[in-house]
Amino acid sequence: MPDKPKVAFYWCASCGGCEEAVVDLAEDILKVVEAVDIVLWPVAMDFKKTDIEARPDKSIVASFINGAVRTSEQEEWVRLLRKKSQVVVSFGACANSGGIPALANQSTTEDIMKYVYEDSPSNDNPAKTRPLTECEDEGRTLTLPSMHGMVRSLDQVIDVEYYLPGCPPTPKLIMAAVQALLTGKLPPVGTVLSPDMALCDECKRKDSKPADLALTEFKRPHQVIIDPEKCLLAQGLVCMGPATRAGCEALCPGGNMPCTGCFGPTSRVKDQGAKFVSSVFSNIAPKEQKEIDAMLDGIPDPIGTFYRYGLSKGLLRRKLN
Amino acid sequence: MTEKFEPRIVAFFCNWCTYTAADLAGVSRLKYAPNVSVIRVMCSGRVDPQFVLDAFARGADGVLLGGCHPGDCHYAEGNYKTLRRMRMLERMLKAMGIHDGRFRLEWISGAEGEKVRTVINEMTEKVRALGPLDLPGKTLEWDKELKELEAHVNQSAPKEEAVHAR
Repeated sequence: MPDKPKVAFYWCASCGGCEEAVVDLAEDILKVVEAVDIVLWPVAMDFKKTDIEARPDKSIVASFINGAVRTSEQEEWVRLLRKKSQVVVSFGACANSGGIPALANQSTTEDIMKYVYEDSPSNDNPAKTRPLTECEDEGRTLTLPSMHGMVRSLDQVIDVEYYLPGCPPTPKLIMAAVQALLTGKLPPVGTVLSPDMALCDECKRKDSKPADLALTEFKRPHQVIIDPEKCLLAQGLVCMGPATRAGCEALCPGGNMPCTGCFGPTSRVKDQGAKFVSSVFSNIAPKEQKEIDAMLDGIPDPIGTFYRYGLSKGLLRRKLN
Repeated sequence: MTEKFEPRIVAFFCNWCTYTAADLAGVSRLKYAPNVSVIRVMCSGRVDPQFVLDAFARGADGVLLGGCHPGDCHYAEGNYKTLRRMRMLERMLKAMGIHDGRFRLEWISGAEGEKVRTVINEMTEKVRALGPLDLPGKTLEWDKELKELEAHVNQSAPKEEAVHAR
């Protein structure tokens, strides 16, 4: 059998949804499996770290890595895959910009450990035992990975060639990326493999978006009956479309829910949350500080709303303590 | 710290009011703290909240934003846009642990050279009391934990025979 290109899939701090997205290729996955040799895929196949360590450097054509980097184990794995791969594709929102796990950058590691092992109401841990990274047992040393001080995107730890955005990336974008890799028709290094324009551009509701929103109130999806045709922003819902990259074909607005920003920003934007504030908040109706403040109370968690998938890549990266 | 801390404050002043006021302070020979680097923008509404975050991320200890008084904007509505954006930005800064006094929005008309001096002096003292923010330095400190494993991974040489060992 001639040598097929070798491909690896790996996961770090993620939910498994990105793995699901690969399976969502449905019949197309057979084409992929036919064309490549999968040398690592922890969710589906049994390979060990030693198998990867034993491979020559750069012998894997592409590694698709999803999830943010939170632990020393994840860091070690991605560094190893970087060494063994020609191309690393940052796969999904968590790898690209920290994703949901990066919201933990609002807490210190100590806060998290204390809550999880001591304060959480469902705990029964009177001795306040916490996991150790190293301990002795019958003369042997046992080790566990350590938790880093913050959640990082993949490219804050290793060099990355391409980015597939989304929570998770859509089958269409995944297939296009795989095909580009197999045929060698690769865009410049650093490219995000999705159209570089705002989501509003491909949203079916675009025509009903007014030039001046003049909003008087922010509403949350459970508080209103959402008009299925009209621009969601115009209905007072926080839709991240203007500050989010296109490529999903406006799946959430199509399903009558506002965009939450999982594709990250376009290439012209440095900080998705700040850009959203720039674009939408200039267009609210009130002029008096008091009225403005009252309206802003309608967004109780601005960081969780504007940086839901991207706090690691925000300009501030983490909360200062 | 051995050297005395001198705050670095980035100021965005609108061309029509606050920058003119800063000029007036100059020609009136009003002395104010030399800790402010002024960037002239055509309107306070030109200041994207990203600029403020970027200034902090690049080492500013404070950011000051000056525009025309409400109703006086050369472009009619620019300063209202600024006010709305910055009220939201202030909530975000607070949530991210950046202390109140590090960001300030002030309306200063072209006639208020004295106010430029007062605001800059006040803010400089406030930020001096808060101490350095030093986000670039903090980032280096945070990323120190990343170096150890790089060496570890590079040490482990490929063992060809292990591929089929299992």
